[in-house]
Amino acid sequence: MLTGRAWTFGDHVDSDAIIAARYLVHNDSHLWAKHVLEDLRPEFAGQVGFGDFIVAGRNFGCGSAREQAPLALKAAGVGAVIAVSFARLFFRNAFNMGLLIFECPQAARAVHDHDRLDLDPYSGLIRDLDQDNTFQAQPVDPYLARLVSQGGLLRKVARELQDSYKG
Amino acid sequence: MAQTQSQKILAAHCGQDQARPGEIVEAQVDLVMANDVSAPLVIRAFHQAGGLQVFNPQRVVMVADHFTPNKDLAAAQTARQMSEFASQHGLGQRFEGAQAGVAHSLICEQGLALPGELIIGADSRACTYGALGALAVGVGSSDVAAALITGRAWFKVPQSIRVVLTGHLPPWVGAKDLGLEMLRRLGPEGAHYQSLEFHGPLLAGLDLEARQCLASMSVDTGAKAGLFPADQVCAGYLEGRARRPWRALGPDDQAEYSQVLEIDASRLEPLVARPHSPHDVAPASQAGREPVDQVFIGSCTGGLLSDLRVAAGLLAGRRVHPRVRLMVIPATPSILLAALREGLAETLLEAGAILGPPSCGPCAGGHLGVLAAGEVAVSTSNRNFVGRMGHPKSRVYLAGPAVAAASALAGRLAGPEEI
Ligand code: SF4
Repeated sequence: MLTGRAWTFGDHVDSDAIIAARYLVHNDSHLWAKHVLEDLRPEFAGQVGFGDFIVAGRNFGCGSAREQAPLALKAAGVGAVIAVSFARLFFRNAFNMGLLIFECPQAARAVHDHDRLDLDPYSGLIRDLDQDNTFQAQPVDPYLARLVSQGGLLRKVARELQDSYKG
Repeated sequence: MAQTQSQKILAAHCGQDQARPGEIVEAQVDLVMANDVSAPLVIRAFHQAGGLQVFNPQRVVMVADHFTPNKDLAAAQTARQMSEFASQHGLGQRFEGAQAGVAHSLICEQGLALPGELIIGADSRACTYGALGALAVGVGSSDVAAALITGRAWFKVPQSIRVVLTGHLPPWVGAKDLGLEMLRRLGPEGAHYQSLEFHGPLLAGLDLEARQCLASMSVDTGAKAGLFPADQVCAGYLEGRARRPWRALGPDDQAEYSQVLEIDASRLEPLVARPHSPHDVAPASQAGREPVDQVFIGSCTGGLLSDLRVAAGLLAGRRVHPRVRLMVIPATPSILLAALREGLAETLLEAGAILGPPSCGPCAGGHLGVLAAGEVAVSTSNRNFVGRMGHPKSRVYLAGPAVAAASALAGRLAGPEEI
């Protein structure tokens, strides 16, 4: 079970807004964590708690398909992103980088900023504890859930490679 | 369950009878590509995951196309890194030096992408190979790195929109106009997470270059891929070109589509997309007469031989307006050679064009014709976002080769019928 506070955002949050290109010259996810979403909500990076949720509108993660965007969110401690919909490549990159995301239009519209939520990643059930309300998100596909629990795509491949050398 | 072409191809590559929309499948891929923008990230991720060898050296294509011939030190280092990786791993397909060109166009013309195949590329326009009846998808650099090692990737099975092309192309109307009409109708998210599958009587008259343009532009509707059937036109194109045996996988007759979009070509006139959105589409005749500083005829969706022919047809015996720089950059070396043999190159040069080496040119603001602040361009490429082709204060109109050539002659945005 994941628990945390909600941080709400609008539609079309693009990957530049998640982590600006000016920070990409440094390949340092701790640095990205300090600047994540800073152009949209400057206070976010300093105040986000470990396991907190991003709750956003349509087409989250649109724009250039950088993998640093989900990495920056993960490094900042974000537990999961809940949105009406995700840009196609953000969807791929999130699971590949080991970040959980959920499509749930009902929750995305109803949840208020700073509401306390809990989320069961296996069933996709989201509870808004402040509003005493529940929402059913599409549960994460078992293949993708495994990918996230293995630490993302490259870790999964690395482990498979090690096993094959041993075997 | 009856399946679409996309579902059929995914099912065939993951060893299932069926692939259901929304399902996640892990599938064997037939070809993996990267370019000089993505390759450094791909190579880093390959090593990070502990990769020692690639799954099949014949099935990996890495082409430096955005900044070739190396425009600066960084580009040179990247090209060098790619070339070393290719040598180390014995990659079978090398396109360097005089063989270099736009990766997507090369992969199609060299018969490296084939019907029924499943392909991934670390570039959004990898979907271009849908022209040949492949399911080809642009993915992230980690996806490509992982596939280099394992030969596999995961996919969310898409629904498909059936795009039915009917009627006949009027004079001066071509693939780019069909594509722009499609973008106007579907918008940037209209095909979000779906495939476009092209059908209809017009297909018999659309050659493989036109299909590349449309398959490539599919991504601008939010689509995962754009696929053509492997019909006789396709089979004819592949004769003597295909590098491997292939087997077409077409849709079932009863396949279900989320939507049908019919485009009647007969009703179209030459179109443009106004700055700064590929979706802000209007007839060229109604888009104003803004003075133009540069015209670019090139890219994977506008630098093919048929584009050069249309442009040369209009430019023959005329002179480009003195204010305009006309950049013509063939997408591949064989297109450049054909342009020389057919006399197109001479026509273009006599008209006052600058003929550049096969590459992406200024399409992504790389080099060979980057725009200054305040400059206006007409371009046969495919994106006109703020700053895409140079300075953030430059402005780009997207159009087919006829409008581009007409504008080069007029020195302002112009339709071909004005010439
Ligand atoms: S020509 Fe333009 S769109 Fe095509 S691959 Fe090159 S930069 Fe991308």
